[in-house]
Amino acid sequence: MTTAHKDIEATIMRLLQAYNKEEAPLSPETNIAADLNIDSADVLNFVMEVEDEFDIDISVNELADIHTISQLAALVAERVNAD
Amino acid sequence: MADLLQKYEKLRRRHDDLVRFGADAVMLVNERLLSPTRAIINGRETILAGTNNYMGVTFEPDCIAAGKRALEQYGTGTTGSRIANGTYALHVQLEEALARFMNRRSCMVFSTGFQANLSMIAGLCGPEDTIFIDMDSHASIHDGCRLSGAKVVVFRHNDVEHLAKRLERHPAERGGRLVIVEGIYSMLGDFAPLKEIVALKREHDFQLLVDEAHSFGVLGETGRGLAEMAGVEEGVDFIVGTFSKSLGGIGGYAVSNHPHFDVLRYAARPYMFTAAPSPASMATTLCALKKIEAEPERRDILMRNAEHLQKGLKEKGFELGFDGAITPVVAVICPTEPAAVAMWNALLENGVYVNLALPPGTPKKLALLRASVSSAHTPEEIDAVIAAFEKARAAVADLV
Ligand SMILES: Cc1ncc(COP(=O)(O)O)c(C=O)c1O
Repeated sequence: MTTAHKDIEATIMRLLQAYNKEEAPLSPETNIAADLNIDSADVLNFVMEVEDEFDIDISVNELADIHTISQLAALVAERVNAD
Repeated sequence: MADLLQKYEKLRRRHDDLVRFGADAVMLVNERLLSPTRAIINGRETILAGTNNYMGVTFEPDCIAAGKRALEQYGTGTTGSRIANGTYALHVQLEEALARFMNRRSCMVFSTGFQANLSMIAGLCGPEDTIFIDMDSHASIHDGCRLSGAKVVVFRHNDVEHLAKRLERHPAERGGRLVIVEGIYSMLGDFAPLKEIVALKREHDFQLLVDEAHSFGVLGETGRGLAEMAGVEEGVDFIVGTFSKSLGGIGGYAVSNHPHFDVLRYAARPYMFTAAPSPASMATTLCALKKIEAEPERRDILMRNAEHLQKGLKEKGFELGFDGAITPVVAVICPTEPAAVAMWNALLENGVYVNLALPPGTPKKLALLRASVSSAHTPEEIDAVIAAFEKARAAVADLV
């Protein structure tokens, strides 16, 4: 069974709330680092939580092209559904 | 078109706010140096408790004399790269001396430790390879990874299980795999669980690089670093280090037993395309190396001082970043960033310099006052540092 993109987005948003200090509204188009004012170290921490949650691995290089929640969800879906 | 420096607006404002509290932590000037542990700062005699001068060798008369002799014999600079006209007898002597000291087959000397990491990481790894790094790695390790173009996988700080999981998930495909850890992490003074990491080699294929920048001279029976202390030197393929800490100079090195190690001399760009370090730097470093080899008691004094400071601060109720072992880095955790800045200023006013370390450059977003000891500190100086911490805390009581 494949995990739906929407479900993944919802999980990502839930994990992201801990880093959303300014409580900015989240949408699939939210730019994780820029809109939420998260520094590079916390981006790494957040991504590790996503990796743990879905039991997948994401390399630092892949993150270079990921900006929005939707893009991250797409990468997670690709990983999860490949397993 | 956007002004290129516009992107730093927020950073600039944060810096301006910090400076408003007192002295400028990133442009602090040592007006005069009096000894390895004393300087004049803002016109005041200050105890230096935030350097990396672990072995206290910056004012040794014979090292200074060796530097002067090198200036006279070899001139002020090399005016060229190691692979062109920049290799002098002194570079070769230092490489031989370090290889012998580290008990390794080969040694390469670089212009800084930062460049040693860039050269080694980007020299060893390319786009087909995978590098596994601790998330609290030094900037030069992160940048070396980027420069290499390799796939980079980050594991949680000192978390061997997490590393093992990552090694499992990222099998070596076409390329090789390099794991990088540090001998002593500079911010908190903790160190990698190296024995356990080397043990992973039994199940997972990888080569291992240890950055012993802060642990060289400090850890191990003879000062070779964490690999020696953990008894796993055989399992460590490459060691990187610096002259800017225990050796009191400037420059960096890498050592290895790999039979083809020297190919990096004409493959690693940050080694090839920069000027060779100056003759005087090589001479003072060579002298300092002989000194720490001949005077192992420096290490004992260093560790006594480290224990003195760690215990003293703990007894006064300060929360430390790491106290699981005695290391010369003793980092006090401050409750907030403004408290750290205010205390740092109060320490300076009380004649003590420590490092102010703020996020995001710190682990776990901690606001730290990073103190470090030298074998050149006297017990009285350590007591004075502890007393100054207490005074500083009282001075900022409304913030703590
Ligand atoms: C772990 C680590 N690696 C490398 C370096 C760079 O050394 P250098 O000061 O020689 O450039 C440092 C120190 O700044 C360090 O702490």
